[in-house]
Amino acid sequence: MARIELKNVRKSYGAIDVIKGVNLDIRSGEFMVFVGPSGCGKSTLLRLISGLEDITSGDMLFDGERVNHLAPSKRGIAMVFQSYALYPHMNVYDNMAFGMKLANTTPEEIRVRVEKAAKMLQIAHLLDRLPKQLSGGQRQRVAIGRAIVRDPRVFLFDEPLSNLDAALRVQTRLEIAKLHHDMNKATMIYVTHDQVEAMTLADRICVLRDGLVEQVGTPAELYESPNSVFVAGFIGSPKMNFLTGKFAEQYNCTTLGIRSEHLSIDNTNPVWQGEVVHYENLGSDNYIFVDIGSEEPMIVREDGTVTLELGTKVGIRPQPHNLHRFDANGKPIRR
Amino acid sequence: MKSLQTLAFYLLVLVIVVVSVFPFYYAILTSFKTGTSLFEVDYWPTSFSLSNYYSVFQQGEFLRNILNSVFVATMTVALALLMAVTASYALARVRFRGRGLLLMTILAVSMFPQIAVLSGLFEMIRFIGIYNTPWALILSYTIFTLPFTVWVLTTFMRDLPIEIEEAAIVDGATPWQIITKVFLPLMWPALVTTGLLAFIGAWNEFLFALTFTSSNETRTVPVAISLLSGATQYETPWGIIMAASVLVTVPIIILVLIFQRKIVAGLTAGGVKG
Repeated sequence: MARIELKNVRKSYGAIDVIKGVNLDIRSGEFMVFVGPSGCGKSTLLRLISGLEDITSGDMLFDGERVNHLAPSKRGIAMVFQSYALYPHMNVYDNMAFGMKLANTTPEEIRVRVEKAAKMLQIAHLLDRLPKQLSGGQRQRVAIGRAIVRDPRVFLFDEPLSNLDAALRVQTRLEIAKLHHDMNKATMIYVTHDQVEAMTLADRICVLRDGLVEQVGTPAELYESPNSVFVAGFIGSPKMNFLTGKFAEQYNCTTLGIRSEHLSIDNTNPVWQGEVVHYENLGSDNYIFVDIGSEEPMIVREDGTVTLELGTKVGIRPQPHNLHRFDANGKPIRR
Repeated sequence: MKSLQTLAFYLLVLVIVVVSVFPFYYAILTSFKTGTSLFEVDYWPTSFSLSNYYSVFQQGEFLRNILNSVFVATMTVALALLMAVTASYALARVRFRGRGLLLMTILAVSMFPQIAVLSGLFEMIRFIGIYNTPWALILSYTIFTLPFTVWVLTTFMRDLPIEIEEAAIVDGATPWQIITKVFLPLMWPALVTTGLLAFIGAWNEFLFALTFTSSNETRTVPVAISLLSGATQYETPWGIIMAASVLVTVPIIILVLIFQRKIVAGLTAGGVKG
């Protein structure tokens, strides 16, 4: 429901600069995902937006109103923490009601809102349990429920799925996506280091690196036209293949990037030739690792039915219009 | 071999129990004796008479002394916990310059032996004008209890997950609400442990109690017992002293029994992640 603008926001702890001047415009109702390697400042940026940390310089605007020094509870935000951060001594109902009780909401109003949120998250039967009697997935739902009942302008998620096991992570990911759909007016900001979560959930992704925004765009934009070698390597799984040295010189660039699905085994008309050193067959796809003499083996995605013996000599061929060329600064050379 | 080990283990347990319980057991035995049988060495009850207990309350102001002790110890615990909880919140959670130094200073304060500060403290108490009142004892006991209490609670509070506090901040809680509504319920074990130790300390204290009070109405139990006198100045009324000792030990035992499960939880808290 809120538009959030960050204008040259900086944060330093003593002499250490963590956020080095971030400009970002998060649209109202948008699902924005901050993604980046550990230590890039994505969690810090979320905490600056939440108000748990003060920004060192710059401006933070919520719907055009400057909130630099506003307390978290006054900003209209709700936060879901990685470790759930439920109050251990309160049952689920009280956990969700705590904020409203502090705000002197009437008991009837509290009951209505808690029950509505509990129903939405299918935890209505757990309301009188203590957090320790819940499973990890249920705890995370309570934490999300605690955020919903606050009826915030902005939802902040700090790696909410990292403590869950793989199956539950996929399921909860779907539920968060559905939640955003159901609460169509809520702005959501989501921090993760998992690029799959970023790709599947985001309206737009903000890739951060060393306290600076590397690129902001829709998942498709980042995937198809990355703004740097860093983004190209970070987004997509398996990682984009990079070629340097003489391989890249053929294409007049310093680094040549090509995704595995844009490569194919082609023995009749090969561009590069090498030996199969490894393969990972996932059933639907077979990722074939071919050593063509570059620093790392090239990963070629083939259909799961394609099988090759280790040590086989093969030729590979890229789709020419899907090559990513980067200059010495890691910036893309557009055609 | 296995059974021999078990046997040795329980023998050791028995020795420890006997060594620690025997003095108290002997005090109970003696408190039931009268006359010359006091000076006979018996290890099993030989006579049973409540006359010593009766005389304790006849002599001086023993009931008053007990109430004094209860009041002083309770107030000390209440004051020490109130100050320690708020101080430990600051020391554990608020970042400020000189926090480490302050913590070390607090620890250093508890190094001074009581006798070293006795005269200074006496002057201070006279200056404030609380000499020969329970407040003199409450003040001095609180001073000596606080460093330990603050340290234990600070360590305990540091181990509470910071996210819980942040969740409360996002929920709109003030620092005072965070302490009272979120932290205190989680800190019960630590509070009970430190509170009980403070209570026992205040209950047993002798030197300050002797120095800072002068009349029988303001004395606490340990001093009152030491000043119990017999019919003549050459007679030590062992039977009455033992009866009084048993009487003042009982409240502590009851408290420990009530809170024992919490104490164990408090002593091990922080060691394991909840």
